Amino acid sequence: MNLKTEKSSRRQFLNTVALLTGGLLVSSVTKPFNGLLAASNKPEGNEPWYGIGIDIEKCIGCARCANACKEENDVPREPFYFRSWVEQYTIKNNGEIIVESPNGGIDGFSQSVPDEDIFKSFFVPKMCNHCSKSPCVQVCPVGATFESKEGVVLVDSNYCIGCGYCVQACPYGCRYIHPEKKTADKCSLCYHRISKGIAPACMEICPNDARIFGNLRDKEGELVKFLKEHTCHVLKPEMNTGSKLFYNALNQEVK
Amino acid sequence: MPQQIKKLLIVFTIIFGIFFIIKYALKPKSFGEFGHYRGLAIIENENKQVKYVGTEACNDCHDDIVSYKKEGPHVNLQCEVCHGPGYLHIQDPETNKLIIPSKREKCGICHQKNAARSENNITQVNLKEHNVENKCIDCHKAHNPYEFKD
Repeated sequence: MNLKTEKSSRRQFLNTVALLTGGLLVSSVTKPFNGLLAASNKPEGNEPWYGIGIDIEKCIGCARCANACKEENDVPREPFYFRSWVEQYTIKNNGEIIVESPNGGIDGFSQSVPDEDIFKSFFVPKMCNHCSKSPCVQVCPVGATFESKEGVVLVDSNYCIGCGYCVQACPYGCRYIHPEKKTADKCSLCYHRISKGIAPACMEICPNDARIFGNLRDKEGELVKFLKEHTCHVLKPEMNTGSKLFYNALNQEVK
Repeated sequence: MPQQIKKLLIVFTIIFGIFFIIKYALKPKSFGEFGHYRGLAIIENENKQVKYVGTEACNDCHDDIVSYKKEGPHVNLQCEVCHGPGYLHIQDPETNKLIIPSKREKCGICHQKNAARSENNITQVNLKEHNVENKCIDCHKAHNPYEFKD
């Protein structure tokens, strides 16, 4: 009798495990990744909740955004430290994809592939996605990085211990350890500017208005209008970071 | 209660006591004000220097150039894109001069022909072929590039 119950309980256990893992697998496949997750489903509150829009069709790859960011935020000029940078994607006729970003694009792009071999080429400006479910905030052991009530992910450089967990956690590679301060550094969405009502340096400097910054709670605002009028995607939606950086005309090749 | 449990309890009480004292002493005052972080960090982030001052500030003194620029294709271009941040210049224009870029490569940052640039978005030239001997600004007026110098 005892033997029987043991047997059936093991079978039951295996059934439950199979059901749970199978269910998880099926739900992860059937539930589509929502690119506009953070834009459509906002936390409660009345303060502005900031997001960013980048129009790849308008970007001319001048990387003045990357340059202005370095000037405004005292980012080291060496070609290794960036809060904001531009990548050039070139899809060749043979299907090969080349990604280039010499010094983040600051010194200009020189086309390495001859015109006749190019199927398509485009620029992708990159920066912090100011995720609403930030992996970098979650891993900080001391609470030195946090999300402000406006949805801006900030670093407390006086409290950061420079362990570098957040640098590894960011799926977008948007953080670095500052070589002099030895603390984590990242895009603050120019918090010192937006709190005074001025646009972030990269947005203000963009010569072709390819970058939009705005309040996701403002239904009449520029950013919400941009999201409604264009087909926007986020980078790595499968990571469920709740990214608030929305790209128009983003090709699937971009990682 | 057995002797060893008593001793263990004392040790544990001391350890936890020291832990809470250290935690109280080391925790910054504003920690936890808004969330799991130092509330003061918000103000520290807010207080950084604004360096890009915007074309309106340039217009206070250089209104002739700003209005001339509006006549040409560089109408939407902020002055500081080419001339660099102007926060020091507006404080003391005499000692803090801004950059006046003249190299061909500087114009090429935006205007160099590149397959990724759309012709609808920006006028492009091949810097390796177009009038290689001269600087761009030898012929073009930088603030209104379709007008030429004499």
